Amino acid sequence: MALIEFTKRGIYCKQGDFYVDPWWPVDYAVTTHGHSDHVRFGNKHYLCHTLTKPIIKRRISEDLDVETLNYGESTVRNGVNISFYPAGHIIGSAQVRLEYKGEICVISGDYKIEDDGISDVFEPVKCHSFVSESTFGLPVYKWQKQDIVFDKIKSWVSDNIPQQKTSVLIAYSLGKAQRLIKNLAGDVPIYVHNSIANLNEVIINAGVNLPETIRITPETTKDELQKGIVIVPPAMRDSRWIKNLSHPVTGICSGWMQVRAHRRWQSADAGFALSDHADWTGLMDAITATGAEKVYVTHGFTAAFSRFLNDEGIESEEVMTKFGQEDDEENKVDLIDTENLNTETENQTSV
Amino acid sequence: MKRFAKLIQQLELSNKTNDKIAALVDYFNYADDKDKIWVIALFTGKKPRRPIKSALLKYWAIEITQTPDWLFSESYSNVGDLSETIALLLPPAENTSDFQLHKWIEDLHDLEGKDDETKKSFILNAWNTLETQERFIFNKLISGNFRIGVSNKMLVNALAKQSSLDSAQIMHSIMGKWNPYEITFTELINGTHVNTDNSWPYPFCLAYALEQEPEKLGDISEWQAEWKWDGIRGQIVKRNGELFIWSRGEELVTEQFPELHFLIDVLPDGVVLDGEILAVQEKQVLSFSTLQQRLNRKTISKKQLEDAPIGFFVYDILEFEANDYREQPLSERRKILEQLIGGLDESAVILSPVVKCKTWEELAELRQTSRSINSEGIMLKKLSSHYHSGRKRGDWWKWKINPYTVDAVMIYAQKGSGRRANFFTDYTFAVRDGENLVTIAKAYSGLTDKEIKEVNSFVTRNAIEKFGPVRTVKPELVFEIAFEGIAESKRHKAGLALRFPRILRWRKDKKAAEINTLEDLRQLLASTFIND
Repeated sequence: MALIEFTKRGIYCKQGDFYVDPWWPVDYAVTTHGHSDHVRFGNKHYLCHTLTKPIIKRRISEDLDVETLNYGESTVRNGVNISFYPAGHIIGSAQVRLEYKGEICVISGDYKIEDDGISDVFEPVKCHSFVSESTFGLPVYKWQKQDIVFDKIKSWVSDNIPQQKTSVLIAYSLGKAQRLIKNLAGDVPIYVHNSIANLNEVIINAGVNLPETIRITPETTKDELQKGIVIVPPAMRDSRWIKNLSHPVTGICSGWMQVRAHRRWQSADAGFALSDHADWTGLMDAITATGAEKVYVTHGFTAAFSRFLNDEGIESEEVMTKFGQEDDEENKVDLIDTENLNTETENQTSV
Repeated sequence: MKRFAKLIQQLELSNKTNDKIAALVDYFNYADDKDKIWVIALFTGKKPRRPIKSALLKYWAIEITQTPDWLFSESYSNVGDLSETIALLLPPAENTSDFQLHKWIEDLHDLEGKDDETKKSFILNAWNTLETQERFIFNKLISGNFRIGVSNKMLVNALAKQSSLDSAQIMHSIMGKWNPYEITFTELINGTHVNTDNSWPYPFCLAYALEQEPEKLGDISEWQAEWKWDGIRGQIVKRNGELFIWSRGEELVTEQFPELHFLIDVLPDGVVLDGEILAVQEKQVLSFSTLQQRLNRKTISKKQLEDAPIGFFVYDILEFEANDYREQPLSERRKILEQLIGGLDESAVILSPVVKCKTWEELAELRQTSRSINSEGIMLKKLSSHYHSGRKRGDWWKWKINPYTVDAVMIYAQKGSGRRANFFTDYTFAVRDGENLVTIAKAYSGLTDKEIKEVNSFVTRNAIEKFGPVRTVKPELVFEIAFEGIAESKRHKAGLALRFPRILRWRKDKKAAEINTLEDLRQLLASTFIND
């Protein structure tokens, strides 16, 4: 009997009687990471990685009942062994490994292969069945090494400053923002929006080594910002606040920026193809490394990616989930709910 | 090539004219002279001949990446551009190259007539030495157009800024006939080639749409009113015993219109006329759909010549006795034109009449009759106006009559291409025919980005069937479709076709039950047919 089934509440493990990243409230929710399409309000108990705990407490509620595991640690629930392995997506992101009577299933949530310098690096886990995302499951999505992309961003910033332009990077508060901070920190001061600063605080308190940034307050002058790098969440994108900066130029950091059509549609001044999701090669490598006999393909180019796997002799099935629908700005580009930017809960207008 | 790749990227990323001009000026300051020539050629649509079919590029890309056909198509439909899809699919280049743009173009040119194996090894080698963005451009050189929102005017402004030469002169120069393989950059922008070339046209003077009350333009006696004809704007050039016909698209179309060739014997040398190419019978203008039978054809049959005879309605004279008359006031130019053309008794070349009215009200009333003579409204030109290069606000206005409109329901949606590759932006509309819905038009644009997102969301939620990129959707959203004309059509199920349909607005207040019927359109067709 299979270890997981896809129900209307989410991915369910019948043997252990728990869910992984459910989208309707359940008793026991195993959580891959802190993005809000993977962890929702209303579950009785949560199990997540140690670093994810303070994040979801901050983002959802301090009252959550949360158990934690570190990578490599395990717990048993109704005879099902649950353990966590790094997914490399964002800080605290985990692949969930389930084992029951010798049968192993890995639910990877969102993942990327490249070391981003701030999340623990993705670790392939041998399994019988594997649940994989496919956000960028088309062969046109192949990333350049992040060093190259960060060099592009840095040179964009250093072109902007002498031209009196203010460099504004649009990045999701959880994940992309910290990755940018970690890799861009240096001579140019980094100014961050409240919602990012709040999360940074939580992350630093949890023991992550994050370079120093400056929280933007009403006292921060336009002149200071012009000489720095400004990072704001997607909800701020078309805000008056940005328009009022001194010659603002916006840069979007997202895997979608790989394609001209997306770059132009976004009407940003610059697009940098920097993603926290695996590219085509990454997805294929990860899947091959698991040795899985069966691959469930969730959110993304599910149909194409699943068909390709089947053609390659890897049994695969596309699964409808509610992942990739709300939170992660990378999923937002061609999704419906672009108006619904209600994920940035903390004071986005107070800046 | 790297510099050009960077230019393209800059042009694509900005929506601001000033940024684009700055990027172009920067490019023209530093790029190789031979490259500059090609950039001007590419941006003004002077494409080098294509030595290789795009189907072959696709085939080779599929072969070396071992991408299944269907996966290539999926990728293509996500990316929305063939050249770019190939550029992104290929593995990273193993070598680098500092070849300049013109070198690539010349090398591609040299491939002409070579066998497929030679072509293939050249292309594969090129792909393996170019970065993704350069590769994309390289592929575009072979298979596509550079549609990056640089108008001729913008290009000319940048060149003028960079060279401190007069923009009209540059426009004049780059619009003429020149060979990018032979001309130098200095020759090109100084226009040394145009003097020796009998064919060169002038930049057309264009009008803005009148958005205010005509009364605000002042005294009607200072204005010349003409009918606005709905055809192909053209320029007829007669110099040194040669005759040339240019279309507004800067194409030489002389061969397409034999009816006008007699002018070579009638017009004196050193004359350039501005006017409209129209389907004309017994000095009456026929509908645009009649004219369409004659457009973009390599050969013309006797029947086509009989069914859709061509005429030229003359608006203006730009050159007379080999002198540039564009700085003369319109009133003076019109006098010369009347002497030159008014005397001709030709059914194919007619002086476009001036509409004489004493008051704006009288003119407004007359304007309402435009459709009865297949005109689309009134042109207003200041009698004292010069013949400007391009669009200039103030002296010339087009005062068009309102378009026809029909309320129709959306039944199919398709993803767009390019910038819109991931949104459903191309819609097919239907009207009611008894119990059924029958398609009458396909249209895109006309909606705001926000509305497109809303429609996109509707399509995603209400798709009934999926045929490749097309979705059949629940007939629920009603749109007001504007169009310029209507014609019988055997190709369309409705038996008629709309000309230039576009979305005027989204009628959220209307239900699908309230849309127009096919009978409504048939009646409209019957009423316009009488005038043909």
